[in-house]
Amino acid sequence: MTAPLFALLAPAAEGGTISGTRDLFVQGSYLVASVLFILGLRSLTRPADARLGMQQAAFGMLFAVVGTLLNHEIITYQWIIGGLVIGAIAGYPMAMKVPMTAMPQFIAFSHAFGAIAATLVGIVEYRHAYDPAIIGLQPGLSSGTAAALGFEVLFGALTVTGSFMAFGKLQELITGRPITFKGQNALNLLLMAVAFGSFAWLVIHPDAAWAFYSMVGLALFLGISMVLPIGGGDMPVVVSLLNSYAGLAAAATGFAIGNNVLIIAGALEGAGGFILSMMMSKAMNRSFGNVIFGAFGAAPTGGPKKAGEVREAKTISAEDAALQMAYAGSVVIIPGYGMAVAQAQHVCRELMELIQKKGGDVKYAIHPVAGRMPGHLNVILSEAGIDYGTLLTDVDDANRVLHSADIAIIIGANDIVNPDAEEDKSSPLYGMPIFRPWEAKTVYVIKRGKGTGFSGVENPLFFRDNTLMLYGDAKNVLGSLVKEIKALDEGH
Amino acid sequence: MTQIFQLYVFILAGFIGFFVISKVPPLLHTPLMSATNAISGISLVGAIVAAGGQYGKVSTILGFIAVICAATNVTAGFLITDRMLAMFGGPKKTEAAK
Repeated sequence: MTAPLFALLAPAAEGGTISGTRDLFVQGSYLVASVLFILGLRSLTRPADARLGMQQAAFGMLFAVVGTLLNHEIITYQWIIGGLVIGAIAGYPMAMKVPMTAMPQFIAFSHAFGAIAATLVGIVEYRHAYDPAIIGLQPGLSSGTAAALGFEVLFGALTVTGSFMAFGKLQELITGRPITFKGQNALNLLLMAVAFGSFAWLVIHPDAAWAFYSMVGLALFLGISMVLPIGGGDMPVVVSLLNSYAGLAAAATGFAIGNNVLIIAGALEGAGGFILSMMMSKAMNRSFGNVIFGAFGAAPTGGPKKAGEVREAKTISAEDAALQMAYAGSVVIIPGYGMAVAQAQHVCRELMELIQKKGGDVKYAIHPVAGRMPGHLNVILSEAGIDYGTLLTDVDDANRVLHSADIAIIIGANDIVNPDAEEDKSSPLYGMPIFRPWEAKTVYVIKRGKGTGFSGVENPLFFRDNTLMLYGDAKNVLGSLVKEIKALDEGH
Repeated sequence: MTQIFQLYVFILAGFIGFFVISKVPPLLHTPLMSATNAISGISLVGAIVAAGGQYGKVSTILGFIAVICAATNVTAGFLITDRMLAMFGGPKKTEAAK
C-alpha cells in the first residue's frame, strides 16, 4: 500500500537496492518530521498539551537530522559531528539561563543564527553549481533554482543583520529610539530596487556570480537600514516580521536543494510570523508600512496640547492605597513593559496573593502589544508564579471585567490605557484597541515619572477624577503596598 | 515540473500554518514564536549536506559554520520553548477552584 506513496516521494528508490532503501528512509524521516512539526504547532492551541506536542516536534527534528546523516551525498562526518556538538553546547546554556524578560532579544539572536545557516547553505550551493572542477560536467543552475537561491540569500542575509540590529536595540547595546536621517526611506527603496534588479538578472543569467554576491551584500545592508529607524515600542512587529523572513529563507533553501521538509517548516514559520506581525500592527493601530517606514517615536506628534492649562494629577500615599486595595472585591492589574523593566513581577504576585487572601478577586489584563514581543508579559508573569488562568489576553474580555471592577492598578503601562485612542480623533493612537480602566471605580497608576509613553503622547487618563497616581519605581511602590497591607493585618 | 510540485507543497503548508497558527491563543504567542524559530532551524538539514558533501574546502568550512549556527538555533529554540511551556502545563488553578 505505502510503496507507491514512497516511490512518489523518493523517485530514486527503485527495486529495493541499498541506496534505494536508504533514500526511502531519508524521505520517510522527513515526512515524519513534517507531520510532527504541524502537530506540535497545533498543540500550541491548547496550553495544557503544548509542552508534549513541542517535545514531539523536537523528536521530529531529531528524525530529520538522523535521516539526513544517511544521505548518500555525505562523505565525511567529522565536520558535521563537530558542528552539531559545538552548536548543542552553545545552545544549551543560552536556553537555560536567559530570563523571560530577555526573551525577545534571545529570539532575535536565534533568528540570526538560523538565517546565517540558510544564507551560508545558499552560498555553498551556488559555489558548488559553478565549481571550476565540475563546470564542464553539469549544466549549472536552471533559472528556477537560481531564483530559489536568490530568495534564500536575500531573505537570509536580511534576517541576519536585521535580527542582530533588533537584538542590539532590545539589549540596549544601541539606542532603542528610532535612528533616522533625511532620505532614509528613499535610500532603502533604492537599495531594495537594486537588490531586486540583481535578483532579476540572476534569474535570467544564473551564472552571473556578481549579481548573486551583490544581492548578499545589499541584503545585509538593507537588514541594518530597515531596523535602524524602528523604535523600541514597535519591536513586537519587527521581531514577528523577522520570524517570517527567517521562515521564508528556510523555505527557499528547500526549493534550492529540493527538500520538502525545509519547504514545509519554512512555510509554517513564514505563515506564523506573518500572522503575528499582522496581529501586532492591528493591536497598535498601525499599518504594516507605517511600522516599517513610519519611525513612530521620532517626532512625537501628540495631539494639540491645551496651552496654558496646567493640569495636575492627583496623588495618593501607599498607605491609603493599600487600605483600599486590601478590601476591594475585584481588582484588575494592567501591567506594561515598565513592570518588567522594574523587575516588579514577583512583588506584584505578592500583592495579588494578599488581596486574594482577603477575599478579593484579582485578574490581569494583558494587551497584545504589552512587552517587547507578542505575548511577552504572559511568560514574564507566569515565570513569577502567577497562574495563567488569571491572565485576560483579550481586550474585550478584559474591558468587561474592568467595567464591574472596584480597582484597576496600572503598572508601567501608558499607551494601552490612553483614552485618546477612543476619544481624540487627532491623536496618533486614535483607533487602537485599548483597555478602559476608568470604568473601574478607582484607578491607581504606578508610574516612574511624569513622562509620556513610547508614542510620546500625553495620557489624559492620569487627570481623570477617579485616577490616583503612585509615583516611583514599580518594584518599590508595590513593595510598600505589600508592606502596608501586611501592617494592616498586624494592627488587627 | 519538480518546482511546480515544490510550490504545491509550499502553498499547502503555508495554508496549514495559517489556519493552525491563527488559533493559537495570545497567551502562548511568545512560545509560538520560539517554537517556529526552533522548527525553522531545519536549515540544519541543508547545512549538514553542505558540511559533509564533497564540495571543496571553502564549502566545507562554510557548511561547518552553518551547522554550528543551525544546531545552536535548534537546541536553544526547542529548549527555551520547553522551558516556557512547562509554566503553562498545569491545570488552571482558578478554574479548578470554581
